[in-house]
Amino acid sequence: MSDIQYPESNRPEGFTQQGLGWQPWLAPVAEAELTEEQRGALIGQFRLKSPYFRLLVRNPEALEARTLTDQDIFYNVTSGLPRAEREIAASAASRINGCVYCASVHTDRATKESGREEDVQKLLDDGVEADLGQPWSAIAQASAALTETPSAFDAGQIDALREAGLDDADIVDVINGAAFFNWANRLMLSLGEPSQPR
Amino acid sequence: MSDIIDVLTGIESGSSLDAIRRTREQARQNAQRSFEVLFEPAEPGTFSLAERYAVSAYTVALQASASPAAAFYTELLEDEVSPELAAAVAELAERDRRAGPYGEYQETGLAAESVPGPTVSYAQRPNVVSERLAAALEHAHLLSLHPRDAEASHLRRLEEAGWNADDIVTLSQLISFLAFQIRVVDGLLALKGAA
Repeated sequence: MSDIQYPESNRPEGFTQQGLGWQPWLAPVAEAELTEEQRGALIGQFRLKSPYFRLLVRNPEALEARTLTDQDIFYNVTSGLPRAEREIAASAASRINGCVYCASVHTDRATKESGREEDVQKLLDDGVEADLGQPWSAIAQASAALTETPSAFDAGQIDALREAGLDDADIVDVINGAAFFNWANRLMLSLGEPSQPR
Repeated sequence: MSDIIDVLTGIESGSSLDAIRRTREQARQNAQRSFEVLFEPAEPGTFSLAERYAVSAYTVALQASASPAAAFYTELLEDEVSPELAAAVAELAERDRRAGPYGEYQETGLAAESVPGPTVSYAQRPNVVSERLAAALEHAHLLSLHPRDAEASHLRRLEEAGWNADDIVTLSQLISFLAFQIRVVDGLLALKGAA
């Protein structure tokens, strides 16, 4: 049994681009108790300090493979979609699944990459049907379609993405970005909860 | 070398989609490695392969019954464990499949967007499904179709059914990884079909 002490819930009111905390519902590994394998799997200081990643490091191999997948999908800019557009895919999937924490992190990144805070806020306030301009609207709607069960992602989304100027390599980045957040959202939503900074 | 996503999508070596996938070689290799560490671990420990295959067949049948991935994971369970367990899990998935994601927001400002829906209980279940596996399937239903309904009490339920913290993390990774893998397959199949 885990003997984690839960801080009181302090959820945000809704979707926000402001930084949020995240409280685990299951005990993370204490920093002092990490094995060498776990330290290696955390890949860097940022994750070492995070209760989310120190919880996931209970399975170090699965965490390491997850993180390396994430990094390449979102940060490999040698080709494909620009960074901001990838963050829009992540944000749209998070908006549909209802992951307030993931949406806060990735809308903030979309704003920092694009400078378009108001458009990003529209996605949070009005959802994926909001007019975000192109190619953002096509990317948000395609990401939402791929997030739905059963999948609503079909030739119509491919056409819309192509009309918005995306080529096949760009479209693969949208698919990977939205699909990855269907992984991340489920972990974030089910292993803990977002918290408003006190 | 082909990976599972190539097999499930029919993307052939040397094709244009293969070339695009290989521009994200680290992601490609680590999606495959994720599959291997979750489904073919060197030491499965207390989370048995039979449980892993049963949860995966159920999860994919719930989220993507029309995907080639559904047949793949069902066959894995039939071949590596038993046709009886595969049939039992398929029946539960068939009965409890519905459109997602639904769920109620716990953030007060989002109450108007809540879409309430069922949380399944497998207290009544086929004999071939243990209490411990039943708890994992209930959790797979939650994560697959209505993850925003998740509460701390769902993890306590797993603990009561015999799941320790390490195995809860692996179970959560397994279900969530599948949500990724089937969407990559769905997306690439749509793109391949629209070429």
